[in-house]
This record gives sequence, C-alpha cells and structure tokens, in this order.
Amino acid sequence: MKKIEAIIKPHRLDEVKEALGALGITGMTAYDVKGFGRQKGHTEIYRGSEYTVDFVPKTKIELIVEDDLAPKVEQAIVDAARTGKIGDGKVFTFDCEGAVRIRTGERGSDAL
Amino acid sequence: MPPIDSGDTAFLLVSAALVLFMTPGLALFYAGMGRSKNVLSITMQSFFAMGIVSVLWALLGYTLAFGHDIGGIIGGLEFVGLRGVNGTVFSGAPTIPHAVWVMYQGMFAIITPALITGAFAERLKFKAYVIFIALWTILVYSPLAHWVWGGGWLAKLGALDFAGGTVVHIASAAAALAAAIAVGRRKDLGKPDLQPHNLPMTLLGAGILWFGWFGFNAGSAIAANHVAGSAFMATHLAAASGMLGWIAVEWWQHGKPTTLGAASGAVAGLVGITPAAGFVDALPAMAIGLTVGVLCYFGVKLKSRFRFDDALDVVGVHGVGGTTGAILTGVFAGVVTNPTYRGLIAGNAAQLWPQIVGVIATIAFSFSVSFVLLKVIDRFVGLRVDDDAEERGLDLAEHAETGYVL
Repeated sequence: MKKIEAIIKPHRLDEVKEALGALGITGMTAYDVKGFGRQKGHTEIYRGSEYTVDFVPKTKIELIVEDDLAPKVEQAIVDAARTGKIGDGKVFTFDCEGAVRIRTGERGSDAL
Repeated sequence: MPPIDSGDTAFLLVSAALVLFMTPGLALFYAGMGRSKNVLSITMQSFFAMGIVSVLWALLGYTLAFGHDIGGIIGGLEFVGLRGVNGTVFSGAPTIPHAVWVMYQGMFAIITPALITGAFAERLKFKAYVIFIALWTILVYSPLAHWVWGGGWLAKLGALDFAGGTVVHIASAAAALAAAIAVGRRKDLGKPDLQPHNLPMTLLGAGILWFGWFGFNAGSAIAANHVAGSAFMATHLAAASGMLGWIAVEWWQHGKPTTLGAASGAVAGLVGITPAAGFVDALPAMAIGLTVGVLCYFGVKLKSRFRFDDALDVVGVHGVGGTTGAILTGVFAGVVTNPTYRGLIAGNAAQLWPQIVGVIATIAFSFSVSFVLLKVIDRFVGLRVDDDAEERGLDLAEHAETGYVL
C-alpha cells in the first residue's frame, strides 16, 4: 500500500476529488493548512500599513491506495490540481505498512 | 410643569437612542480590527461603558457637567442622583423634558470613554479599564462637557463645537495617546499576525456609527428644526466625502482601495464634521469631509513614526479628525439656517482663536489627567495583563470565554 499526500490550491479540491472518484478511490481525508514554498506569501494593506503574509492557505489531502493504483492517483491529482501558475502545490508518495478497519478488524488492503 | 414641544421631544428621544446605538456599533468597528483571540475583550470594553457610565452619569456625572456653573470650571451638585430632574426643563434645552436632556447627554458620556479603548486594545486588564473609565468620566468628561455645553469657560470664550468635536473626539484621542504611552506597546507589534480578523464586522460597525451619528449631530440642534436638518445633511455629506478622500489617497499610494479604508474614511469624515455640523452649508461640509479623510489617512501613520501603539488608531482618526474639524469650523461656519455663528470665510477671522484655544485646552487637560490616572492605576492594580495572558488572548484570560467556537 502507498500513502499519497498532496498539497493543493483550495479551490482545486473538488476537481481532485472527482478525478480520484473516477479512478475508484473510496475515501480520502482533506484539511485546510497554511504554508509556503517557492510561491512565498503575499502583501496585505491595512490603514496604509503593508503586512507580508508568509503562510498561504492551502488544502492538504491524504489517502492510502493499493501499490498498482498509486502512479495513476499521483497523475490524476497532478492533472486535476494544475493551474499552471506558481503555487499549484506538490504530491508526495510514501510506503504504508499497515491498515485496519476499526469496525470489522479487516487488515491490509481489505481495510481500504 | 413647564411646557414642552412635542416635536422636539420626540426627535430628541429618538436621537438619544441613536447615539446609544453608536456604542455597540463602535464595539463591532473596533473588534473586527483586533485579533480573534481578543474579540470579546475589545467588544466588552465598549459594551461595558453602557453599564458603568450610565450609572455614574446618573449619580454624579450629569450634575458635574450641567449643574449650576461654578467659576466656569464645573457644575454644582444640585442634580446628584438626578434628584429634581423629573418634571423640569434644563435652561439650555427649554423645549424638551429635563429627563430627555439627561439621557441624550448621557449617551455621549458613554461613547466617549469607549472611543479611548481602541488605543489600549489587546493588553489592558479589565479591572484597570473599569477603574480608568469610571474615573475618567467624572474627572475628565464631566468638566469638559461643562466647559463647552454647561455654560463653562470655553462656551463663554465663544468656541464653536456643535456636537462634541472637542468634548468627545479630541478629549478621547488625547486620553488615547496618554494610554498608548502609559500602557506600552503590544508584544506582537510589527508581526504580520496583527492583521484585522474580521473586516465585515468592522464595516457593519462603521455603518452603525454612521447611522447613529445622525442622532449625535442632528440631535445636537436640540430641536426638530432647520438647524437639525442642515446638521443632518452636513453630517451625511461629510461622511461620504471622507470615504472618498481616504480611498483616493490610499488607491494612489498603495494601488488598492481597501474596505477598511472606506470605513475609516467615513468615520473620519463624521468626526471632522461633528463640531461644524449645524454651522456649515453642504459644500463646506463636503470640503471638511474630504480634507479630514485625506489627513486621517496620513494621521494613522503617525504612530509608527513616533512608535506608540495606538492599536486601533484613535489618535489618527479622532485626534487628527477632531482637531482638523474644530479648526475648519472656525473657517467655514456660516449658513443661512444658523446665521449667528460665522467663521473666517463669512468675515469673522477672530473665530479661529477660540477654536484653537478649545483644541489646546482640551488636549492638555485630557492628556495630563488621563496620564496621571493611568500611572496611579498602574501603581495600585497594574495596567497590563501578563505576557502569558496577552499571548493566549484576553478573551480567555480576562473573561473565561471564547469568541468563536468553530
């Protein structure tokens, strides 16, 4: 099994979810995060004072998939999240050692 | 009982309620500019004034402001506890019941110390706040109100202040400067997370202030007449022009027109027109609003130059706006509905003198008494919350509540 983590622009979440749904993915976790990469932050102006905001709002998604599905999931996220502008985010893939479905006690890929 | 005018009375009853509504409006205006962990603390510092100042006003504040004149400095004690008010009229407001006058003036007494709270937001102990505004109401506000409206020395000098530019705005701004210096800077000053947490709230608050200001300014005619009408018109036009002035200079300087700029400019315009409202025609009202909108934009930058942390810009908006308005009242006064009062353009250059004296006297008195009060409070109960409380936020540390449970 592989764990896929992706940091994407918040407004691309629905597109990514639909693209993954089309691959047969049955579940994922998404949450709001803040961070910066090469995009850096932006400037905000309040009563004539400029504030540099370093941490940009992003959405992080996580899901665990079978090994053979991982490259397709990775590519689907990239295609769905890309706008071509700086700040589109990144996708990371990790090995996943175990999984348990709490309700039934099923283990491994049966638990996905 | 002396006869009263039903139109004037109805109008002043409504105006008093409008002025009261400005204080929760101010709470929203200020709280939106603070951080989410202090939203309740900032709100409470305005809201609680409706409690404590109202009671103090009835017990002692009113009579010190509007009791019989003692040496031009302070009012006598005949109305302690508001005894003898019901069934009479006040000499300066002969067409409305005395009780309505007491309440109308009381609403001004509430919002004035609430205005100061923007300077020490996000770091003052609630206990210190309560003691400060209680003493300030009695020792600063009541005497000032007496000087200008209670037949005191500034009134005799001929200073024009239609609705409280000096008593309310300059006095609160001078106290705010004293407070910013006495309390000291916030730990996080200069960090990016000091940005406003809820600007829609601030804009709603500014809208409520604008709405309530019609009672503040038009009601200051103390009659439902031509002067009230012209004051209403001048007030509205100055607020609108203030917004345009601030936005114009901000757009030019930073390339973006901001919502906080629009709200701040409107409030600046309202502050600027307050002393002039019943004395000026429509075009001068717009000139005052525009001028004040531009000057206050630069005024809020003073604090970074002089390195005092007037957190929500009481000095920049109410001090700069109030002072400019007071001087411009001496320039532009002169309108057909109120012909007795004339300024520079209407051929009475001498009017500028009492205007300047009024500004300087108000700043000197309010600043010095406020500063001493704060130092004394610091000595006995301490002004600031500790570092840990400031970091966690005053909502939790001082009120054991959280503004947003999301």
